[in-house]
Amino acid sequence: MNGVHDMGGMHGLGPIEYEKDEPVFHSRWEALSFALNIATRAGRKWNIDSGRHEIELLPAADYLRMSYYEKWAARLEKLLVKSCLVTESEIASGQPAPDSPKATPAVTADQVPKMLRTGALASRDIEVEQRFQIGQRVRALNINPEGHTRLPRYARGKIGEIHLHHGVYVFPDTNAHFRGENPQHVYSVRFTARELWGNQASPRDAVYIDMWDDYLEPA
Amino acid sequence: MSDHDHHHDHQAVPSDPTLRVKALESLLVEKGLVDPAALDALIDTYEHKVGPRNGARVVARAWIDPAYKQRLLADGTAAIAELSFGGAQGEHMRVLENTPQIHNLVVCTLCSCYPWSVLGLPPAWYKSTPYRSRAVIDPRGVLREFGLELPEDIEVRVWDSTAELRYLVLPERPPGTENMTEDELAALVTRDAMVGVAKVSPRA
Repeated sequence: MNGVHDMGGMHGLGPIEYEKDEPVFHSRWEALSFALNIATRAGRKWNIDSGRHEIELLPAADYLRMSYYEKWAARLEKLLVKSCLVTESEIASGQPAPDSPKATPAVTADQVPKMLRTGALASRDIEVEQRFQIGQRVRALNINPEGHTRLPRYARGKIGEIHLHHGVYVFPDTNAHFRGENPQHVYSVRFTARELWGNQASPRDAVYIDMWDDYLEPA
Repeated sequence: MSDHDHHHDHQAVPSDPTLRVKALESLLVEKGLVDPAALDALIDTYEHKVGPRNGARVVARAWIDPAYKQRLLADGTAAIAELSFGGAQGEHMRVLENTPQIHNLVVCTLCSCYPWSVLGLPPAWYKSTPYRSRAVIDPRGVLREFGLELPEDIEVRVWDSTAELRYLVLPERPPGTENMTEDELAALVTRDAMVGVAKVSPRA
């Protein structure tokens, strides 16, 4: 979706604010917002792509106004309701409905180290046709889907070169909407800064963007 | 947007995140969806166990061991696993080597992708809209804001983490550190240098 989250290349968002010796979390609620998101993800009612998309679906003004872990909390509420794990009225009241069933066992503290240590592979060990080769000239498609995509607007229609081949990975554009993993090859595509931004850019610089087969055509 | 929707959007966003998150926590605990001890374990992991010291160990090893560096650049995930780092948001690692000619900078313009397993959770500036918007269009200006002025003849490579690959910058080893031990070298390596917004200084 052409949301405000897709901000690569925008001006006007202000100076970078650097906090010296920044703590991992600034407060208990930030830590909790993080931990609640990670702990509930293990329930597998959603995936990393649908979780990202849920943040993109926040109203644009809220997206820009809210702090990072506020967005995570708002996203989690939406995911929980969409997954029928909690209801809107439970969120509003903060109390479980009287007849609500006890959930399946939650992640326990002793499961956490293994969960984080293992992570979740996004690669898939399957044979899929590789459409492009290293060194090949490609054009990023000019697509404007209303759903989730990881093809940033600033690269659409631009010509680049396959720089690295990463392997086969789950395709976010379908996975985010539970329409299948649709695994395909992913490449790092090199776009010169001048291709992306015109002659104001340095002739030496380049941006490398990870792209799935379905984002590309030969150029 | 209808008045109803408008009202709804604002209702869904209470002004005080402290209350909002507390309420969500107690609801999820009562419903059995989360275990408070697991929350504490998650928080403790990223506050005390997994952070940029991990990445610094990887960098220091690469500086003193050319064979390790070769493995690290060829297969980042496997070489990092040799030092027992890996897992969540480090499942698919690529290491980018800075040289006297090339400077690498990592960003996630679409969200906040960051190599947790070697750098921990990202700092606020990395997730902020100014950094995300400008790193790709004006990397040299962004680096200047961090106090790093790069000569024109250096090639700047910006890596936009749009997929599940996670990038770690291997900074240049600073001059004058030839006699340092691996531990001393690791102590010089900063988070910022491993994202690419700083160089490593010879004195910690």
